[in-house]
Amino acid sequence: MGWRWRILLALALLSALLIPWTGDDYLVKLATRILIFALAASALDLVLGLGGLVSFGHAAFLGLGAYVVGIMFLHDFEGTGFLGLAPSQDIFVQFLLAALVAGGFALATGAVCLRTRGVAFIMITLAFAQMLFFFFVSLRRYNGEDGIALWNRSRGGWLELEDQRTFYYFVLACLVLFLVFAARLYHSRFGRVVRGSKDNDRRMRALGFPTYRYRLTAYLLSAVVTSIAGVLLANATYFVGPAYLSWHMSGQLIVMVVLGGIGTLFGPVLGAALFILLEEFLPDVLDLFAAGAGEYWMLLLGPLLVIVALFARRGLLGVLVGTGR
Amino acid sequence: MDLLLLLQQTLNGLQLGVMLFLMAAGLTLIFGIMDLINLAHGSFYMLGAYLTAWTMGLVDAFLPAIALALLITAAVGFLVEVTALRRLYGRDHLYQVLATFGLILFFNEGLKLLFGPQPIFLQPPAWLSGQVPLFGAPYPVIRLAIIAVGLASALLLWWLIGHTRLGMLIRAGADDREMVQALGVDIARLFGLIFALGAALAALAGAMAGPVLAVRIGMGEDILILAFVVIVIGGIGSIRGAFLGALLVGLVDTYGRAMLPDLLAMFLERTVADAAGASIASMAIYILMALVLAFRPRGLLPARS
Repeated sequence: MGWRWRILLALALLSALLIPWTGDDYLVKLATRILIFALAASALDLVLGLGGLVSFGHAAFLGLGAYVVGIMFLHDFEGTGFLGLAPSQDIFVQFLLAALVAGGFALATGAVCLRTRGVAFIMITLAFAQMLFFFFVSLRRYNGEDGIALWNRSRGGWLELEDQRTFYYFVLACLVLFLVFAARLYHSRFGRVVRGSKDNDRRMRALGFPTYRYRLTAYLLSAVVTSIAGVLLANATYFVGPAYLSWHMSGQLIVMVVLGGIGTLFGPVLGAALFILLEEFLPDVLDLFAAGAGEYWMLLLGPLLVIVALFARRGLLGVLVGTGR
Repeated sequence: MDLLLLLQQTLNGLQLGVMLFLMAAGLTLIFGIMDLINLAHGSFYMLGAYLTAWTMGLVDAFLPAIALALLITAAVGFLVEVTALRRLYGRDHLYQVLATFGLILFFNEGLKLLFGPQPIFLQPPAWLSGQVPLFGAPYPVIRLAIIAVGLASALLLWWLIGHTRLGMLIRAGADDREMVQALGVDIARLFGLIFALGAALAALAGAMAGPVLAVRIGMGEDILILAFVVIVIGGIGSIRGAFLGALLVGLVDTYGRAMLPDLLAMFLERTVADAAGASIASMAIYILMALVLAFRPRGLLPARS
């Protein structure tokens, strides 16, 4: 990493640390949202960029993480048990639960998906996520389509997560921790095998690597981290609903990764920021030109995505600095 | 089990099945020949439904209205292929997903802008809106008509692909694209035609769905994902597979929704059975897909490759 990168990185981290000190509640909430989706998009890039596997079902893992929070909240609120266990609103317990549930779902579905490649992989991941979506929609016990509104955030031990500023720093810490981990993973033996399997799977197998197991592990890891982002998302919005599991969400996560720069460390973070900012401000900008036009901002976003797909393969990061990582 | 209910549900399942086939046939051709994943195929379905609602107001006759809607959708499909998707052949599937996801957003918002966010209820003509006695109980004519049109389209497609020059080129293109091109066939025009054909088939399904379901924004997305399941079960690129998969998915889904709650009620409490039955029924086809993949990773009737 060159010194220019280091300075840029230090500046980015510094401004991220300073945002809560503006005292602007709206800004802090927006930044929190960006960081959470940056975490989810970075996790998705583990399969998309590192593994070259186009998963169109990552909303399932995001939703599972969020539903862990929602279901625990509901049972704690009612004073009922969940499958005979006492519900916990401790965020670290919820992290663990989300990792177990999402990990289990990833192992079960991944074992089937990873037997296929290419178009089939895309369609099957999408179908499994959709299955979970319809499952939660039909689950009347947890309010089906209406979802669960939360009255409080999960508890973080001595951390006062209810405080917007504390919650922001907590989310930032999660993201930074994961990025450090991902950077090490990329250059590790594991990362090299997964990347090698993306480029030439047959050759890696001929070299004696059980690539199926490596890819399944990458898929599992990605799912677990995405579910952690789901836990954070539920806490940020005070809401859990099937919309988190919808395939639009899976699509958005892919858009973030590609928009920022696939297979790079900071690309997905940039992409998440760009997407959320577009979503937040493009309608307002359009309204300046014609009253009511903002409602149709996706009419602009759609062709934009087509153009990105056709011409800007390396995403924003590629445009900005020319090279990734 | 009530025999009448079983027969009626079988017809309902067939109706869903043939609509799924119309969607899946175009999709699987595009996969098989161009190796392109087209998420926007559901948009053609939606476009067909909206255009039928619009042309009905213009010509006030059901069949010409549908024909007009099909033509326009085919033209839109052709245009989309020429302007955008043509450049994505041979590229990473990721970019195809991104571009066609963008197209979905565009079509959804565009139609919302033109027709408004409220669902439209398409009135079928008088000769289709009645009921006929079938197995001693009334059954809607329109559903029978859908089944008939779907089966006729399947036959027509079978003839087109198996017994015409265009079909011969399509089959050859699926086998070896470069060789067909080397033999002097204008492959670009062929791809455009296939795309238009797929769009028209999807629009036909959409036009027929209009009177049965409501015409609304996003209607194409639910059926698109079902069509994906159909293709995965049937085998990617295989029309026969798509037909078999479509009927299987249509029947399993319909039977599941109609009968699982009652079936479970034999073992469980009524309220529990209803809730569990609804949940399991909504997942039944995905479980079917997982089972098929576990034993036949390439689908039931894979295309030769």
